[in-house]
Amino acid sequence: METAPKPGRDVPPKKDKLQTKRKKPRRYWEEETVPTTDGASPGPPCNKKNRELRPQRPKNAHILKKSRISKQPQVPKKPREWKNPESQRSLSGAGLGSSPLPRSKAKTRSRLEVAEAEEEETSIKAARSELLLAEEPGFLEGEDGEDTAKICQADIVEAVDIASAAKHFDLNLRQFGPYRLNYSRTGRHLAFGGRRGHVAALDWVTKKLMCEINVMEAVRDIRFLHSEALLAVAQNRWLHIYDNQGIELHCIRRCDRVTRLEFLPFHFLLATASETGFLTYLDVSVGKIVAALNARAGRLDVMSQNPYNAVIHLGHSNGTVSLWSPAMKEPLAKILCHRGGVRAVAVDSTGTYMATSGLDHQLKIFDLRGTYQPLSTRTLPHGAGHLAFSQRGLLVAGMGDVVNIWAGQGKGSPPSLEQPYLTHRLSGPVHGLQFCPFEDVLGVGHSGGVTSMLVPGAGEPNFDGLESNPYRSRKQRQEWEVKALLEKVPAELICLDPRALAEVDVISLEQGKKERIERLGYDPEAKAPFQPKPKQKGRSSTASLVKRKRKVMDEEHRDKVRQSLQLQQQQQQKEAKAKSTGARPSALDRFVR
Amino acid sequence: RRWAELVPESSWSPAVGASKMKVKMLSRNPDNYVRETKLDLQRVPRNYDPTLHPFEVPREYVRALNATKLERVFAKPFLASLDGHRDGVNCLAKHPKNLATILSGACDGEVRIWNLTQRNCIRTIQAHEGFVRGICTRFCGTSFFTVGDDKTVKQWKMDGPGYGEEEEPLHTILGKTVYTGIDHHWKEAVFATCGQQVDIWDEQRTNPICSMTWGFDSISSVKFNPVETFLLGSCASDRNIVLYDMRQATPLKKVILDMRTNTICWNPMEAFIFTAANEDYNLYTFDMRALDTPVMVHMDHVSAVLDVDYSPTGKEFVSASFDKSIRIFPVDKSRSREVYHTKRMQHVICVKWTSDSKYIMCGSDEMNIRLWKANASEKLGVLTSREKAAKDYNQKLKEKFQHYPHIKRIARHRHLPKSIYSQIQEQRIMKEARRRKEVNRIKHSKPGSVPIVSEKKKHIVAVVK
Repeated sequence: METAPKPGRDVPPKKDKLQTKRKKPRRYWEEETVPTTDGASPGPPCNKKNRELRPQRPKNAHILKKSRISKQPQVPKKPREWKNPESQRSLSGAGLGSSPLPRSKAKTRSRLEVAEAEEEETSIKAARSELLLAEEPGFLEGEDGEDTAKICQADIVEAVDIASAAKHFDLNLRQFGPYRLNYSRTGRHLAFGGRRGHVAALDWVTKKLMCEINVMEAVRDIRFLHSEALLAVAQNRWLHIYDNQGIELHCIRRCDRVTRLEFLPFHFLLATASETGFLTYLDVSVGKIVAALNARAGRLDVMSQNPYNAVIHLGHSNGTVSLWSPAMKEPLAKILCHRGGVRAVAVDSTGTYMATSGLDHQLKIFDLRGTYQPLSTRTLPHGAGHLAFSQRGLLVAGMGDVVNIWAGQGKGSPPSLEQPYLTHRLSGPVHGLQFCPFEDVLGVGHSGGVTSMLVPGAGEPNFDGLESNPYRSRKQRQEWEVKALLEKVPAELICLDPRALAEVDVISLEQGKKERIERLGYDPEAKAPFQPKPKQKGRSSTASLVKRKRKVMDEEHRDKVRQSLQLQQQQQQKEAKAKSTGARPSALDRFVR
Repeated sequence: RRWAELVPESSWSPAVGASKMKVKMLSRNPDNYVRETKLDLQRVPRNYDPTLHPFEVPREYVRALNATKLERVFAKPFLASLDGHRDGVNCLAKHPKNLATILSGACDGEVRIWNLTQRNCIRTIQAHEGFVRGICTRFCGTSFFTVGDDKTVKQWKMDGPGYGEEEEPLHTILGKTVYTGIDHHWKEAVFATCGQQVDIWDEQRTNPICSMTWGFDSISSVKFNPVETFLLGSCASDRNIVLYDMRQATPLKKVILDMRTNTICWNPMEAFIFTAANEDYNLYTFDMRALDTPVMVHMDHVSAVLDVDYSPTGKEFVSASFDKSIRIFPVDKSRSREVYHTKRMQHVICVKWTSDSKYIMCGSDEMNIRLWKANASEKLGVLTSREKAAKDYNQKLKEKFQHYPHIKRIARHRHLPKSIYSQIQEQRIMKEARRRKEVNRIKHSKPGSVPIVSEKKKHIVAVVK
């Protein structure tokens, strides 16, 4: 592996390559009106230097700027796994106390302390609310350590209750296959489109058909927009948008020869990857193209979104995966994943792991938290053509007409690739895969039609009624739609760390301070030199005054020396550590100065 | 068999086939998630898992932006104008017991009592000849005092005269000199007037209990401290603010400023803090224990500040200025958070913050009393619990994201009349020139020979004890 030279990276670079473009630091409000201008980064996080300097915090860690409103806890207050706040805080490495507020005033500091205490309290409360969750996740266990992969669908269907058994079905559609499919965000609706033009949408729980049309053109991909009422279909030439009656609403000719679609629900962006090599972002709320980025890597047909930060991952034929945001003309990062082309990419719902499979028949799982190193690798006999993650972290791979599912130790852990959790053989080669949100169901589109498989433990058992409610009524959906549109996140805010917006902007803070000093001609916050106070009669002689002054100065000097010594020691320790973990000492080391 | 305890029997069952596996599928009962009848509320199960709520910070930011925009959209502070006076309104007083009643004195000697809920005048008295210089209510709310240009102090009953009775004052005190201001003690039957000297009167007597002077200039206003009720403050036209203790015969101390102070107001929550409205366009908040440096200099007006009044919370105060606007300042900020003006409002002479801290009244040159909301975008009337929750949530969001440049710009933007706007520009240039000169002087003289004087200290001439 080779890595672009990076300061402060201790891990010796190996095979994988991470390239990030170095950009001038820029504030996020600059050039916001023209988001597509080159170099307009959405914020400090997009520039690599910043990202590298900040310790990448775990996703679940305690973050300093969080709403502390107890009245309307619409925002997640607290990770569910977090039981020990103290240990997590030190893990995150940046509590409020260490937030880089240079010389913050006592008042601000006390206010921050109060806020921190409040936040802790709400976090604990939010964690306690976990007790109220009604549903338990599903599971599948073999008898006495028996391999669960040997259990076939028929056994599961036989064992579970009728309502769950009804979720397993096969649609035999040999005529127009192979099929791509997509579940709506609530997991209630399913849309699928066949290569030979067959497009259908249905409420798959009640099996009620919403529409069925033939577009008389090859269908490359199909995707629900923010609600089940709108449907984007990538057809042979152009991108079309249909409603749930099958009526064509729009034909978007600026997106032509689209191969893959992704919808970013919080930004209302439809990302399209095309044969011409362009990644185009279409804002579906206003119908404008936000950005059209040339990936300069030929035909794009591997695409996936990171649900944690809305970054688009594109797989290329040279084995790299590039990460894109609409605010940057260049990729945010490039990761060399495979020898030979990348066939499929998937990112899990916490944005921590990325699974890739390539033409070299390998399946790899990467850590996306800063290091971009592979965590585990497995060679598959035929290689996987399609990958998908479930909400609880199960990974599915479609290989020919077989799907394999791997499970991890629990939620938030990467799937272990040693032993599959379930396997299933279909009646034709797989063409599309997706886990149904909030259900233990995997949808597979293949050349023989569409299959709905039962995968116990795949779906999140407890949904949030205000975010995506499978049982919502029409009124509730309308209300949700208005709210969602009101809080549409601007496309410029897409960057690798979505929390970067809440961090203290040290650069402009220091810049402002510098300007102020320049303007005033002196530093208003500078500490005045010590002036000894005149004392009682007899003790205020010039000599004693000088003595007292000297004493204070010496004390300050000693403090400074002590601090610098400490710093030096820390640095030395760090270096020593780096050396010990580094490669074997070389004979040429003696020439290093 | 461990699972048998944890999982209800119906949700899993061992398969009958050869392999005895345990399986549980997610199977929700729709009855738990859908309301039973149309009369019920919809069920909304919540799950605070952060992975189900991605983009927390950007979404909150957008919400805060929307809330800030809506705040500006709903900012309609002007409520009513009370007209009826036939000359400029010179002084205002609040009723201590009744929120709806206010009293006003005009330049033609007329005193009017108004009802704010009905927004009409309920009583008119021709109290003095010439100006009504000062008006104050007794702490019990049964009577009020007025002083006028005719050298008299009059006490009036709050209720009107009975049928067939004449409108007459309860008492009249004939003085030797003109009185320019009056204030009543907050607990006792004692009041203070000012003019050539500060006089302290017992209500039962026609001679002052004591008279205090310091220098020979006319004193423009006198105010009792609402917390430490024996303390008084006054300001005179020889540029000084004098503090007195009623229990001793001589004044306590005084501070001399660059220019004349028009009036002062004590903070109702912090006994030793008061704010002075100055002719040099600024307001100064002092701690009476350390008068040599004001706690804060409040700058935003572009003309002399004529009156100031604290909100009952003690966190903010409102100031009236000759520049035809009123401004609301937080006590600990040097810039105002709000400015109110209308096309028809002329020089504002007096201003009061009502006792429920929700409204502001101002009396101006062109004979009207105007009623404003203290919080421009506040919704009046009873809020439902959902409205209240939404309001609190938005308030917190605005607070949290207030320093973001986009949000700050929107929250700070105010429309100003052209006169004030151009004055601000002009004064900014002047101030910048003065500052530049000072910087140059420091730069080109021996280091340390030209002292750097902070803005706070600049306007204080001396403190005398």
